[in-house]
Amino acid sequence: MHGFANPARFLRIARWLMPLCMGAGIAIATAALGWGLFFAPAERLQGETVRIVYLHVPSAWLGMAGWMGIAAASFTELVWRHPLAGIAARACAVPGAVFTAVCLVTGSLWGRPAWGTWWVWDGRLTSMLVLLFLYFGWMALSQASEAADGGQNKAPAIFGLVGAVNIPIIHYSVIWWQSQHQAPSITMGKSAMAGAFLHPLLFAMLGFTLLFAGVVLARMRAILAHQQAEARLRRKALSEGY
Amino acid sequence: MREAMDPWTFVVAAYAVGMGAAAAMVAWSLLTMRRAEKRRDEARKR
Repeated sequence: MHGFANPARFLRIARWLMPLCMGAGIAIATAALGWGLFFAPAERLQGETVRIVYLHVPSAWLGMAGWMGIAAASFTELVWRHPLAGIAARACAVPGAVFTAVCLVTGSLWGRPAWGTWWVWDGRLTSMLVLLFLYFGWMALSQASEAADGGQNKAPAIFGLVGAVNIPIIHYSVIWWQSQHQAPSITMGKSAMAGAFLHPLLFAMLGFTLLFAGVVLARMRAILAHQQAEARLRRKALSEGY
Repeated sequence: MREAMDPWTFVVAAYAVGMGAAAAMVAWSLLTMRRAEKRRDEARKR
């Protein structure tokens, strides 16, 4: 872990890993969505609207994975003071928030024909909406603490860890409370879905996960480059006596 | 009375939102990365 603490070493790896993840992610996600849209069968009860699952489920997974990434990076930063941990947390926030928003919108678009309503205040939908607000709060706090403390990320790191409590709430909400939302179709090693639906879904999840990783690596490179440029300009200004 | 809804309207809208958001996010992340790295390289040259 600490082997990657050196930003120069990280950049050497990210330079080839980022385009690889992004390219493979775009290709696999596009193929999976094409498979789901044109070749996968319609479902017996839900008909054609079941095709929304190939976007909705990967978005839900990555919305939650984004926050788990923030929580893991926050823990690493607080315990080991890893210099890239705060940068990794900041890089996870925007893609995590985007996928959470996509999950909510596609869920709403699926809910209207399936349930007859755009929205219900049940446990799963509400806890997912809370996750989106947690992302907004985390991004605002991260920006404010960066401006105030010159890059110290203690407050967002604590927020990132505390906010992780919402992840098991999202996951178990359909089991704990009576919900309009269906119970999990895929659990560890088991699936209630037929292969004709499951295979394009797993393919889509792989593609979007690689895309997410590519975006996180690109964001980390951008944040690192920004910090290096700022440090260089500050040193130059000091040496010139400003 | 149950209103008749074309399921494809919802499917197409969901795909447009999802793919549009993903494409915009990828383009934005690449653009900000290129700009930041260009600015860093220019700061090094000064």
